[in-house]
Amino acid sequence: MTKGRLVGLEGSFAIAEAVRMANVDVISAYPITPQTHIVERLAEMIADGVLDAEFICVESEHSAMSACVGASAAGARVFTCSASQGLELMHEVLYIPSSMRLPVVAVAANRALSAPLSVWCDHSDAMAIRDIGWIQVFAENNQQALDLQVCAYRTAEDKEVLFPAMVHIDGFYLSHVIEGVMLPDEEEVAHFIPDYRHPFVLDPENPVSMGCYGPPFIYPEAKKAQEVDFQSTKPKIQEIWNEFGETFGRYYLPVETYRMEDARSALLTMGSSGETAMLAVDELRREGKEVGLIRLRLWRPFPFKELREAVKDLELLVVLDRALSFGMGGPVCSEVKSALYDKRKDLNIVGFIAGLGGRDITIEAFKHMVDRARARVKAVEPGEEIEPEMIGVRE
Amino acid sequence: MRNKDEGEEMEHEQEEKMFLPRFITTEENFAPGHRACVGCGEALAVRHVCKALGKNVIIVNATGCIEIFTSLLPLTSWRVPWIHTLFENVGAVVSGVESAYKARIRKGKIEDRGVKFVGFAGDGGTSDIGLQALSGAMERGHNFLYCCFDNEAYMNTGIQRSSSTPYGAWTTTAPVGKKSIGQMTWKKNMPEIAVAHRIPYVATACPSYPFDLMDKVRKGVELEGPAYLHIFSVCPTGWRCPPNLSVELGRLAVETGIFPLYEVINGEYHLSVDFPELKPVREYLKKQGRFRHLTEKDIERIQARVEEEYQKLKEKAGGK
Repeated sequence: MTKGRLVGLEGSFAIAEAVRMANVDVISAYPITPQTHIVERLAEMIADGVLDAEFICVESEHSAMSACVGASAAGARVFTCSASQGLELMHEVLYIPSSMRLPVVAVAANRALSAPLSVWCDHSDAMAIRDIGWIQVFAENNQQALDLQVCAYRTAEDKEVLFPAMVHIDGFYLSHVIEGVMLPDEEEVAHFIPDYRHPFVLDPENPVSMGCYGPPFIYPEAKKAQEVDFQSTKPKIQEIWNEFGETFGRYYLPVETYRMEDARSALLTMGSSGETAMLAVDELRREGKEVGLIRLRLWRPFPFKELREAVKDLELLVVLDRALSFGMGGPVCSEVKSALYDKRKDLNIVGFIAGLGGRDITIEAFKHMVDRARARVKAVEPGEEIEPEMIGVRE
Repeated sequence: MRNKDEGEEMEHEQEEKMFLPRFITTEENFAPGHRACVGCGEALAVRHVCKALGKNVIIVNATGCIEIFTSLLPLTSWRVPWIHTLFENVGAVVSGVESAYKARIRKGKIEDRGVKFVGFAGDGGTSDIGLQALSGAMERGHNFLYCCFDNEAYMNTGIQRSSSTPYGAWTTTAPVGKKSIGQMTWKKNMPEIAVAHRIPYVATACPSYPFDLMDKVRKGVELEGPAYLHIFSVCPTGWRCPPNLSVELGRLAVETGIFPLYEVINGEYHLSVDFPELKPVREYLKKQGRFRHLTEKDIERIQARVEEEYQKLKEKAGGK
């Protein structure tokens, strides 16, 4: 039974509520569409005295993340959010908290990259930061945005984790759309994310040197330790999501499925388009087609085992990419292929690229993808490569 | 340290100078055994700065010589909390550290023990790539001291020119050739940029004047709000001069007017050392390989510029 008080909240405000309930110490952010509503709401909360935090209005996203790193190293609970060009500008800094084990928590309101300039949603910005070593999750609706943000603090600050975490919400589709959201009880959230103390902080009583210089005799060991620890956060992430479920009645999984019973084909999505895909699956099922849906919730660390389990009875997997890796196709599709290659060489995986720069992906588009994928599989010899295809684009 | 006409006061000052070293702590918070080059003016400056800062401080360091020669894993030269992250973000990281303390003290999560926050960066990390983050931090009014250790080029990467490299100096990216005398532009006046932010304290210093340097560090951290300290740091490796000239060259830079020592307290200029007559810049330039190629005409041009700038500074400080 899902718990909370039902309110109408924009995705941005849902995030802001989660940040307020987490009682953060320092917020550092720079304005960029479509993230602005989050920081505006937080600034209002501070101005009204309902949130006691330092808001550093930095002069760039590079500084936004840098200030979060400094504040986190000094023991504060922090928050920042950005999108698109902002994430690209802070790209260099994103590797710092993951490599220095600082539990910075951030939100990306996903948006396309220039040029041409586009403020609208796609996942180009998210795909450009795949390798930063942060725990990364994709929310499908405003409820998930709030819940995953609450869990992000708990996870990042867990002593067995201590990695930064990022919640991706689709720009405009979530950030600017008002939906019914179950607002959890503040005290229960405070109990769920207790005040934390990082084992190593910048404190004159106990001096430490952070961010030292690593010559070849030590760098690979540092990176291996980071990767081993990062991979081993998966059970903890699930454990925390389970505990969240027991407390608030809403359960999350690294890979979530919809109507996969007897499905021979399935769609795979990330972010808000998952809900459109559900409607498409419903229609396809009504038409007698055994199609299901897989949504990647946890993007990093990548949920290999859960994905393999989800596709075990499939003959066809249709992967939607909302980003383009020039000269390569869709980045999600190529990752899914590589994750399944060892165990499921027989599975037909067909990738489509759609929804770039805020172009809507409709129910019809998903139905078309399934049909088109089937046709393409039939048109080639077994084992022959199926090139990724962009759909919904004027020729 | 200003010149005084009264004989008695002069005598008193002389006496004080003789005993001053006895009042300086023997505690080294910047540990010996680091890997700086022989004669490094920057390492000397860091040592003095750390003596003045004491233990109750958090240092945020930019990428550069200091970070490299003090933090080679698994060793560290720092006996105070120290963090390095990137090259261009010291202003932002120190803002974050200071804000974290401010918020957590206000929320009762930690005690207020009067911790000081200090940023360290080189001239490249300050006047080039880190200028934006520093400007933001000064504008927002965080309570911190920023120390720019100016060795007048990117020394860590191999003596490439920065906007702080002086006119006529040879560097690897401003080489001397048939069509070049090396650096073709005049040194960026970083302290004036700091002054333009209307912060409470801006000063210049040099480890060749250690008591003046330590005094300015103390003033900078004790004042509420941002403080900027520009520290002239002789680099024998990059300046192509013998390492035993490090202290002497620092003095000559001041005595020739090339690097005047001054303070700007709440917008008011004070010369820390003034000379009735400046030494000719030739004395300073001729001791360094990086200026070896300069012709008499080049030196005259530098002399004229130095005199002009010095005069402007004196006027700001209320002198003639």
